[in-house]
Amino acid sequence: MNFHAIRAIYRTEMARMMRTVVQSIVAPVLSTSLYFVVFGSAIGSRITEIDGVGYGAFIVPGLIMLAIMTESISNSSFAIYFPKFTGTIFELLSAPVSFVEVVIGYVGAAASKSVVIGMIILATAGLFVDLHIAHPLVMLLFLVLISVSFSLFGFILGVWADGWEKLTIVPVLVIMPLTFLGGTFYSISMLPPVWQTISLFNPVVYLVSGFRWAFFENSDVAVAVSFAMVMAFLLVCLFVVYWIFKTGYKIRC
Amino acid sequence: MQPIISVSGLNKTYGDFQALRNIDLQINRGEIFGLLGPNGAGKTTLINIICGIVKKSSGTVTVDGFDNVENFRETRSRIGLVPQELPTETFETPYDVCRFSRGLFGKPDNPAHIEKVLRSLSLWDKKNNKIMTLSGGMKRRVLICKALAHEPEILFLDEPTAGVDVELRQDMWNVVQALRESGVTVILTTHYIEEAEQLADRIGVINHGEVIIVQEKTRLMKELGKKQLVLHLSESVSVLPSSLENYQLELGGDGLELTYHYDTQRDRTGITALLSDLHAAGIKFNDLHTSQSSLEEIFVGLVNKKI
Repeated sequence: MNFHAIRAIYRTEMARMMRTVVQSIVAPVLSTSLYFVVFGSAIGSRITEIDGVGYGAFIVPGLIMLAIMTESISNSSFAIYFPKFTGTIFELLSAPVSFVEVVIGYVGAAASKSVVIGMIILATAGLFVDLHIAHPLVMLLFLVLISVSFSLFGFILGVWADGWEKLTIVPVLVIMPLTFLGGTFYSISMLPPVWQTISLFNPVVYLVSGFRWAFFENSDVAVAVSFAMVMAFLLVCLFVVYWIFKTGYKIRC
Repeated sequence: MQPIISVSGLNKTYGDFQALRNIDLQINRGEIFGLLGPNGAGKTTLINIICGIVKKSSGTVTVDGFDNVENFRETRSRIGLVPQELPTETFETPYDVCRFSRGLFGKPDNPAHIEKVLRSLSLWDKKNNKIMTLSGGMKRRVLICKALAHEPEILFLDEPTAGVDVELRQDMWNVVQALRESGVTVILTTHYIEEAEQLADRIGVINHGEVIIVQEKTRLMKELGKKQLVLHLSESVSVLPSSLENYQLELGGDGLELTYHYDTQRDRTGITALLSDLHAAGIKFNDLHTSQSSLEEIFVGLVNKKI
């Protein structure tokens, strides 16, 4: 294992976050706060409680989830796509590193940023509503696992993309709609039965539900099912990244 | 002595196009090897396969005795690569990218070494500037610094002085010489044949994916190079007498210049006899000089199969 390489990649990626602190941290915190203010105020004035939880507090886990999923994807996809775009990926390909070091370095850095952003949003939400986290360790576990999973997904996206358009198409056309339709701002139990069934095909429902359970001990699906879904997604992404490095798909001809 | 790089039966195909054909090549430890070839000959493909950037179709590559696929960590950690293009980071600084490269290749931080490398290529005073603000020549130097950051035993320089001004080219040549003196093996591809002529111990010529020749530079120039004697005549000559036919002389310069090609490897060059026969024919000259084919002329001849 090349630990120096892991440190080099991780340190460089974290330094990039510090160079672009406004884009990396302030922007997602600001947009989430706006979501919180607009949705919390507009809808919260009509829906006072969902499953015994004030509406303002109810949407906090969903908002954090929305932020960490989009940030994880954009950070890790950009981290691997930009060297491909500039050509500096030659160095990574000629270095004595396997997919293990590359994944720990790039995905670890992207996930770290997401966890930091998630915690900052959580702290920001605490300024607006009275929050009580029933299972902080479970909340942290979900936060980390989802950040890692979506950072892996973003890494795959960055390798697959051969243009800036492809890089943004999946987050905008797939992830964002799935998140909005995945119970971020509502409980799926509020939907008509047919839409409740359809919603169960949306993987984001399981992520938001499990994460919300850690806060309020109520969820749309069993927390064990949510956990299993997160682990399954993580393992699939890990396998795909392993396959990319084994075959050289789009990175090594 | 065991070669530091050994390439055997190497082939590379891209679809129907065969980029490399059955390459056999050995690079000796501590030498400067000049790899020459026209555009698209396969130089960069060969380098990229040795470095692990491109996958081979068949054949074997060993570096210091290690297979470059099975033991990629051992082989890649020994190699530094300066690519042909200028793929540099944009927002980072020369110091940071060198530190990154060193770590990526498995070496712990060593600020003193990074400083030494940056100073050797006159980049120390730019160490904290964003790379995007540097000139093309400086960016190329940054790439060399990055390749040297992990103290490689083997350095690949793929067209290192392309687009670089004369002064900087001389600086780079000095760096290459210094590296060789410190025991680093250097493999150099270049379009500037004079660069190979000046630096290389051995020359390999590759064309259409095949290695045409590998030879010590001095021997190559001796064996394949032609030597010629040019005589500047006192009076113009329109037709040479039949007594000089055997010398296959070329008459030029409006009949005022006579050129004779000869081989220094032969027992007799024929120069003495020629001068004697010229005297006998009454042809006088007021100056003469000899010259040898440059490596460039030999290279062009090899590539065009004229020699």
